[in-house]
Amino acid sequence: MTLSIALVAVLLLAFAAGLFARRRAVGLRGGGARLNSLPGYHAFYVALWAALPALLLLAIWTPVQTGLIEQSVLSSPVGQKLPAFDLARDTILTEAREIAAGDREAGFNAESSELAPIYDAATSRYAAVGGSIAIVFALLGAFLSMRRIGVDFRARSSVERWVMGLLVAASLIAILTTLGIVLSLLFESLRFFQQVPITEFLFGTTWSPQTAIRADQAGSSGAFGSIPLFWGTAFIGAIIAMIVAIPLGLMSAIFLTQYSPPKLRAWLKPMLEILAGVPTVVYGYFAALTVAPVIRDFGIAIGVSSASSESALAAGLVMGIMIIPFVSSMADDSIAAVPQAMRDGSLALGATKSETIKKVLLPAALPGVVGGVLLAVSRAIGETMIVVMAAGLAANMTINPFESVTTVTTQIVQLLTGDQEFDSAKTLAAFALGLLLFVITLILNLIALRVVRKYREAYE
Amino acid sequence: MIETIVPNPTESDEPSVVDGPAKMSARKVGVFYGEKQALKDVSVDIHDDKVTAFIGPSGCGKSTFLRCLNRMNDTIAGARVVGDIELDGDDIYASRMDVVQLRARVGMVFQKPNPFPKSIYENVAYGPRIHGLAEKKDDLDGIVEKSLKRAGLWEEVKDRLQESGTALSGGQQQRLCIARAIAVDPEVILMDEPCSALDPIATAKIEELIHELRGRYAIAIVTHNMQQAARVSQRTAFFHLGEMVEYGRTKDIFTNPVQQRTQDYITGRYG
Repeated sequence: MTLSIALVAVLLLAFAAGLFARRRAVGLRGGGARLNSLPGYHAFYVALWAALPALLLLAIWTPVQTGLIEQSVLSSPVGQKLPAFDLARDTILTEAREIAAGDREAGFNAESSELAPIYDAATSRYAAVGGSIAIVFALLGAFLSMRRIGVDFRARSSVERWVMGLLVAASLIAILTTLGIVLSLLFESLRFFQQVPITEFLFGTTWSPQTAIRADQAGSSGAFGSIPLFWGTAFIGAIIAMIVAIPLGLMSAIFLTQYSPPKLRAWLKPMLEILAGVPTVVYGYFAALTVAPVIRDFGIAIGVSSASSESALAAGLVMGIMIIPFVSSMADDSIAAVPQAMRDGSLALGATKSETIKKVLLPAALPGVVGGVLLAVSRAIGETMIVVMAAGLAANMTINPFESVTTVTTQIVQLLTGDQEFDSAKTLAAFALGLLLFVITLILNLIALRVVRKYREAYE
Repeated sequence: MIETIVPNPTESDEPSVVDGPAKMSARKVGVFYGEKQALKDVSVDIHDDKVTAFIGPSGCGKSTFLRCLNRMNDTIAGARVVGDIELDGDDIYASRMDVVQLRARVGMVFQKPNPFPKSIYENVAYGPRIHGLAEKKDDLDGIVEKSLKRAGLWEEVKDRLQESGTALSGGQQQRLCIARAIAVDPEVILMDEPCSALDPIATAKIEELIHELRGRYAIAIVTHNMQQAARVSQRTAFFHLGEMVEYGRTKDIFTNPVQQRTQDYITGRYG
């Protein structure tokens, strides 16, 4: 509680210091001097120095304080009598903290009520210490930076440096998060590979994720060959979906850029982009409830006996529709980026519009289109909701689109839903699958970006 | 800056007889972009064995007019052409005129070299392929070689026909574009400031090429460079503010113009 008061105090202090600095800078100007930087920069500079070190201190203090409070509670007479077992002790401490914070009336353990006042006291004590230090920091920062205000002081370039630092920090957060995601996947995957050999995972063709509880139970042996899953993923996301999305996306891009009157384009293009905004769960319903039964009936009608109501075709078709806006907007951009001079050159030779598109525009735009398709594939194979709802669970290696196949994301969902042991090969397999999928989409994205960049260079 | 411009010496070799029937003739041509009239009342003849130059300050409508001659203005939304333009006596804006056939007969070279991002060979072979001019690979090879020779590029590129056309120098690219236009065997070649993006040496080569092509093709060239018009052309039309001010023999336009505005322009008083 006191820490948040300290936080507000620091911010107010920074604001006040800024105002004060501004007045001083304006005052300097009133003396007839020409300032190196505008008064606003001086104000910003002082406010930053007042706020940032103090805020940083508070950010560090908060976790430190938690540890200190716990220590002091445990060293109190009541605290020393607590059970040594971690889990029991932590439960009591948590209850005590919640009582102290007023979140609950009493705990299940009698000790927690006794501990609560001690907890409360420790909290206020340490918060007061931390808060005071922060406020001192803020005052010190404001005071020291205020002394630098002068006619020649380059507040503007200092503020610029601060701003750059802020922007660097912002972009680092995104990168570090990605790194963190990779690492967390990696460590769980390593645990998985201690139980299942990596070669079996990468090259095995049987997927039957189960671990035995007793040695003599039925189905005691599991198999963790991921190939059927990646085949299913590629079959739905990279083959069926692309057979739908590439021609439709490309042709709609050609129509929109080359044939459509501007007014129609102004309507059609946003409508196409709405497709990209439909939540994937809605596509999932559509695939499972509408498309899948139609395809099963069609399959039976043309004599496919194994036609399933969770066919690869249903999931793939709907995913293809979902991907159309990605393909078409990338293709649109790259066709529009082909210089008008190319079109004119071809038309002036007596080529018709479609000859020009086929022989000049599309070849010139091809790298951009390929890049767009790769990005679309990487999105399709990482897509989860549609396949969870519409694709099956059986890990079949089939090329019959009426049969059921399963995908990596579907299996991950299966492995992680419900109550699971967190150290069994079955659960850990989900992380290994996730890691492999991540690596594959990462590679696809890298290739796509390279292709697109190379193509951009060609016209600059 | 006032310079003396010496008209093309070959002009004096010509007997000063009246011109024969024109290859292309434009009568009272006007162009509208939406409501705005960009060009009015242009009447010009383009002859088989002569180079016709269109000169004038920027924005005077000379390029707009050139683009009317093979209906490239069709590609601009809202552009409308009035008046008559005839090719061998046929109205090129008549509904029975196929614009694809027209452009095969009236080729065009643009201001900035615009080779396709394909090989040198494919650039030249593009037109003949589209129009089905060659049955066999040998025929196509022959057309490509002949066109590149006529464009004066053969010696420089004969050993690297499979390299990209965009890798050539600016001047070579422009000659490649000329070869590409020649390859469909046109009757008229329109050139829209073909040297404005080139250095003086490349420019000299293109001008030399225009001399050589004269006689085989009717040529119309837009240029903002009056010396160039004087060097390469036998007929000159002077455009100003969307009007054609004067049309006549290049020699007359540069030495003895009828209109005061022409006089002012060629002596460098404006433009």
